[in-house]
Amino acid sequence: MTNSILPKKRVEDLSIIENRILNEDYFVLEVESQHPVENIVPGQFVEILVNDSKNTFLRRPISIYDVHPQRNTFELLIQIVGEGTQHLSKLTQGQKLDTIYPLGLGYTLSKAGSKVLLVGGGVGIAPLLYLAKKLHQNQVEVHILLGGRGKGNIIETERFSEFGKVYVSTNDGSVGEKGLVTEHSIMQNMNFDMIYSCGPDPMMKAVARLAFKSTIECEVSLENMMACGIGVCLCCVTPTTKGHQCVCTDGPVFNTRKLLWN
Amino acid sequence: MNLKVKIGNLELKNPVMTASGTFGYGPEFEDFIDINRLGGILVKGTTLNHREGNAYPRMAETPSGMLNAVGLQNKGVDVFCKDIYPKIKHYDTSIWVNVNGSTIEEYIETAERINELEHIPAIELNISCPNVKEGGMAFGVSCPSAVAVTNAVRKVYKKTMVVKLSPNVTNIAEIAKAVEAVGADGVSLINTMLAMAINAETRRPVLSTITGGLSGPAVKPIALRMVWQVAQAVKIPVVGMGGIMNAADAIEFLLAGATAVQVGTANFIDPTVTLKILDGIEEYMHRHGIKDIYELIGGLKLN
Repeated sequence: MTNSILPKKRVEDLSIIENRILNEDYFVLEVESQHPVENIVPGQFVEILVNDSKNTFLRRPISIYDVHPQRNTFELLIQIVGEGTQHLSKLTQGQKLDTIYPLGLGYTLSKAGSKVLLVGGGVGIAPLLYLAKKLHQNQVEVHILLGGRGKGNIIETERFSEFGKVYVSTNDGSVGEKGLVTEHSIMQNMNFDMIYSCGPDPMMKAVARLAFKSTIECEVSLENMMACGIGVCLCCVTPTTKGHQCVCTDGPVFNTRKLLWN
Repeated sequence: MNLKVKIGNLELKNPVMTASGTFGYGPEFEDFIDINRLGGILVKGTTLNHREGNAYPRMAETPSGMLNAVGLQNKGVDVFCKDIYPKIKHYDTSIWVNVNGSTIEEYIETAERINELEHIPAIELNISCPNVKEGGMAFGVSCPSAVAVTNAVRKVYKKTMVVKLSPNVTNIAEIAKAVEAVGADGVSLINTMLAMAINAETRRPVLSTITGGLSGPAVKPIALRMVWQVAQAVKIPVVGMGGIMNAADAIEFLLAGATAVQVGTANFIDPTVTLKILDGIEEYMHRHGIKDIYELIGGLKLN
């Protein structure tokens, strides 16, 4: 991994700078830190405490969406799926977010001059924006395939297009090509040096199979149910070639060769 | 102000410890707290041989708590002694190893290895893990088997030995008295409560193992009652735990008769919580004019 020196983890009450509602299912929180954020690695995540929500006892793991070192902030792209995220969607500017961050091992950044494909499904696009930004800064040729069930699940395409060429596919064909991401035309000509993916498990497994067939390295980000986020509860494990490993500290990003997916 | 407490021959600098399986081996918390301020730490449950633990999913969030079914995943006692112990032995706190086994022989052999480690002054004999098929809780739910394993390990383990009890019994005080009679220096309680979660939509159990262990504030009233009952029944120190989230919770356990407390699930929600609890106990003692922590231990007023 290129990210062997990780920034120190901390618990901090981050100030909410903005809560940007994208549509009825998605919102973006931008939060300000009192500490430098430039060492955050694409693919890392945070654990958020949801206050005053009686059915959410544990923190919620959320991917870091983008980082802005010049204003000491980062963004979190969140889908409303349950009581915890519903509660978070109501937060407003000036409120505090009790956060443990930055957590986990991120994606390996490809070398300058290489050509890569990023495949995101639904809210799984979250860790891929900052990755695309970093790769673009590294002079990597970035192609981004965003997939979702329908039009409402395809969000933020204009932000991704700042850092690479964007392709879209939806299950119902309401925007982009119709079908699964693995059926998209960009996936039929697999001339990439690396594939990065995040999304539902079946999607990532299908992407990994295609990558494997074309002998392309593939990294995926897993989102197993998690309690601590710091590698001590041993609840979020995934089977790997090295036995059970914690998604929170040995991942969330794994090279698919390491996962026992086949 | 005195915060020091004694468990067997062992003195702890204060009564705040971490519960096994919620604190890793310590290094995981170095970014967050000064571990040396703690009274003691319990490292992850250790067995003779490497264990992969149970299949995912191993965790379910429940009202004011969680279920786990980790199943004692650990690298085995040899890896602990060779690779992990050298990295933690410098901590200026009391490091205890939580010892587990499928058979009495495994408990004995693991305890013998730990006995050789200079900077480990105590073991917590875990006869109460609900998430393993063999051994674990099976030893802790009847007096004869609890006595058999405690007695056997007592013969080979020369330092402080605290026996961790299961709440999944009809009369926990009887088990506590039984292990006291065969040489336990203390008892710790409670381990998790056997419990279950079901997903109505899929009509399936949430955990791969169907049942798991409940922890968190949901179990605290039960834990307090059991600590109270056991503290009445035995002369050896009681280490109390079960849903402690803050200093007030910890003080309640001390009042019920616990000489020390272990903080478990709360570490998952706030990795700095142990030191907040320690600071909170000191603040409480100041506020109430208490000079010695022993004034609080068993200090419940009944009239």
